[in-house]
Amino acid sequence: MFYREAGDFSTTYQQDNQTFPIKFDRYRYYVVLFIAIFVVPFLINDYWVNSIFMPFLIYAIAAIGLNILVGYCGQVSLGTGGFMAVGAYACYKLMTAMPEVSMFIHVLLAGVITAAVGVLFGLPSLRIKGFYLAVATLAAQFFLVWLFNRVPWFYNYSASGQISAPERDVLGVFITGPNTQAWATYLFCLVFVIFSAYVARNLTRGSVGRQWMAIRDMDIAAEIIGVNPLRAKLTAFAVSSFFVGISGALFFSVYLGAVEVGEVFGISKSFLVLFMIIIGGLGSIFGCFAGAAFLVLLPVALKIVGVDWLGWPTDIVAHLQLVIVGALIIVFLIAEPHGLAQLWRVAKEKLRLWPFPH
Amino acid sequence: MPDQFLFAIEVILNGLMAGVLYALVALGFVLIYKASGIFNYAQGVMALFAALTLVGIMEGQVPFSHLINATFGTDVHHFGWHVPALLAIFLTMLVMIALAWCVQRFVFRFLVGQEPIILFMATIGLAYFLEGVGDLMWGSDIKTLDVGLPQGGSFWIEEMTVGLGGDGFYGFFIDKLDIIATVIAVLLVAGLVAFAQYTKQGRAMRAVADDHQAALSVGVSLNFIWILVWSLAGFVALVAGIMWGAKSGVQFSLSLIALKALPVLMLGGFTSIPGAIVGGLIIGVGEKLFEFLIGAPFLGGATENWFAYMLALLFLVFRPQGLFGEKIIERV
Amino acid sequence: MKDVNEGYTTEDGRKIGGTVMEMKNITLRFGGVEAIKDISFDIHEGEIRAIIGPNGAGKSSMLNVISGFYVPQEGEVWYKGAPRPQMKPFEVAQQGIARTFQNIALFEGMSVLDNVMTGRLTHMKTGLWAQSIWKGKAEREEIENREVAEKIIDFLEIQAIRKTPVSRLSYGLKKRVELARALAAEPAILLLDEPMAGMNVEEKEDMSRFILDVNDEFGTTIALIEHDMGVVMDLSDRVVVMDYGKKIGDGTPHEVRNNQDVIDAYLGVAHD
Repeated sequence: MFYREAGDFSTTYQQDNQTFPIKFDRYRYYVVLFIAIFVVPFLINDYWVNSIFMPFLIYAIAAIGLNILVGYCGQVSLGTGGFMAVGAYACYKLMTAMPEVSMFIHVLLAGVITAAVGVLFGLPSLRIKGFYLAVATLAAQFFLVWLFNRVPWFYNYSASGQISAPERDVLGVFITGPNTQAWATYLFCLVFVIFSAYVARNLTRGSVGRQWMAIRDMDIAAEIIGVNPLRAKLTAFAVSSFFVGISGALFFSVYLGAVEVGEVFGISKSFLVLFMIIIGGLGSIFGCFAGAAFLVLLPVALKIVGVDWLGWPTDIVAHLQLVIVGALIIVFLIAEPHGLAQLWRVAKEKLRLWPFPH
Repeated sequence: MPDQFLFAIEVILNGLMAGVLYALVALGFVLIYKASGIFNYAQGVMALFAALTLVGIMEGQVPFSHLINATFGTDVHHFGWHVPALLAIFLTMLVMIALAWCVQRFVFRFLVGQEPIILFMATIGLAYFLEGVGDLMWGSDIKTLDVGLPQGGSFWIEEMTVGLGGDGFYGFFIDKLDIIATVIAVLLVAGLVAFAQYTKQGRAMRAVADDHQAALSVGVSLNFIWILVWSLAGFVALVAGIMWGAKSGVQFSLSLIALKALPVLMLGGFTSIPGAIVGGLIIGVGEKLFEFLIGAPFLGGATENWFAYMLALLFLVFRPQGLFGEKIIERV
Repeated sequence: MKDVNEGYTTEDGRKIGGTVMEMKNITLRFGGVEAIKDISFDIHEGEIRAIIGPNGAGKSSMLNVISGFYVPQEGEVWYKGAPRPQMKPFEVAQQGIARTFQNIALFEGMSVLDNVMTGRLTHMKTGLWAQSIWKGKAEREEIENREVAEKIIDFLEIQAIRKTPVSRLSYGLKKRVELARALAAEPAILLLDEPMAGMNVEEKEDMSRFILDVNDEFGTTIALIEHDMGVVMDLSDRVVVMDYGKKIGDGTPHEVRNNQDVIDAYLGVAHD
């Protein structure tokens, strides 16, 4: 009943190009944004931030990055974990080398460095396609993790081989280190999420996005109508890695604080983010959020049901989670290859006509 | 002969044997890929699952015992019997065939005609599912697998070769298990090639690989062939699982070792059985030799983690169709 | 046979410009197979040039040579009075050569509008930075190009399916959308690879009308491959006939129709 678009006309191409062309969507979006910025910070505590909000926000950024590469440009990557590690270690090196510079700059620079590494590993994509490329990106995954494990310069020769984030503040409020406050870390991540979603949305609706999608749908035809395949693919790798790098930097510095690379950024991280975009929806920015939320909430929900209610040991719940995630991936690929985002779109289509579908 | 040279030869020999095992797993990939166009990421997890099941059956474990105990408060773990190795292997094979049927019936039947990359991602989902089920059924602790294969260094080879080098050389150290594994792998590869070439089912398999529609129209049952290849892949996974399980215990890393078959395939080409074998040997020798000559002395070791992937990556940039694949002519 | 570079007047009285593109002794081999054997012909500005011939004559290969997808072993392509250096297909497209494909090659994951807009890509130059900010340069450029795209959409009468995903369209409509995508590039030369294959009579008539209108209104030079002899004779100003990779005829439809080699090839006289 509330979902109405009658009388909601676009009279210019500019209006037609809006992110939310339907008024109702637009208002809802503003409301969500308002709540996220002005309400949530006053309500959350450490538990909520650490177990739900922060992983959700950070994974959403990673998912946006990967979705640009996989969902929009059609280049499957299994190296997300490795690229997140690049972001994390770049951030660590920057934080320790230049303590006086703002954290915002560090995180952005970490993204830029990751973008450069991404382009390097994206070069073969011109010649290798499909799952050949997917396997080739495993090279990035294993090589990068090995590199950060074995070359002491990257972890500043610390005895444990770990990196841990020194204490840094923004405007006097600590956002890394032991003395952080829930609302501050949350807001810091939120800024990057909004920034990432905004940039990703702009890139995917314009000519750059069309080049990516053309390459994804039919690369030969795309080249013949005038898309430079090398440039299109490399920009996709660069932009994708930029976001993944930012998420890696945040994951290390703000969320975990200390990182052992093989454990945190191993191949299972690559799959986790890939699953997020499959479940959320390939080629959809909203899907990145939906997928991230789903896979962040699932273990929490399972833990509450399995451990707290049924009293099962945690390892059984962990195994059950593998089974459920695996089955969900298969179910989604069979039933709805466009994921939660498509379900949402279909629901909206229905709502537009409800209660008079005929 | 200088000792350094002899060590290098020992490294190469060990690499060759590791390579044979890679080739064996790669063969499982090739079988499924040729017959159905599915790039089966779950092959490694299938090896793990097969090994877990084999151990579980041999030791008479109660399946899902943890889950049962946690739910009903009981305390069952074992049936209290031990199944002889050969019978257990046979029973495990039945499980793998059942698995093949389920995979075909509940997953890929619904995905016929999808893009290869979607199929690939479905097998990643399958890998997760199977890993979870394996852990739930048999527990995730590291298990030892002993089906009666001889283990330990071969003294005979050491004594025969000790005279070749100086005082610092004690003869070639080669694990007996590796020798057995090599022999079995070679036999298996030969058997599979013969099966594909000379039997009726093998011919049908190759027909399906060539053209689904055409195979259907001459009366080949696609469903049967797909179950057959998944069963064969399950069999290969079982053998690989036994070999690696006996060597380093049945644990999760087993499925990661099997991932090495992917670069093997990229080298050899996805559709070529000889390619899988040669690719496996190149990767096996290459990574051991690289670690011995460059990795361990200069790069801090553990280069085996990535060498295979990097080699395949660089190789593909210059020859995208692999060693034995045909040159791809693109059309519009 | 016309041998003039300055242009000529067609039978129905239209003025045709000078040579815009010329194939000079093109030979193309795949391994040992010669797909195109020493073929030369020219395309004049503003004309509709047809390439006809039986299956496997090398017509599509010829088009692929023009659009840079195949590189001929011998011979040169002259474009606008100069030999064209070897270039990638996307560079050819940027020079103003657009095309459609024999088997429809639309971007199935995108809407009709987005597909047409991909045709504008060669005209859209804003970089990554401007694109990521969107407001300002990128948005202005998007709207300018949208206007051109909408003009083409109007012209081909596909306004109603503007936002429909391409994968839902019928075959005939897909062909039309593909033409729209090529036209959106405002090409100097438009290559059409069997634009009417697989269509019914009505759709063929529509398509013929569009092709003539395009040539008429935008003055676009068109080179097309077609099987339907009737259509070719009606549409084209001059015709190249190919058989087994060789050129066996070249001239106005009327000349070609009376050429003995052409009659033999189409009626299937045994080759010696």
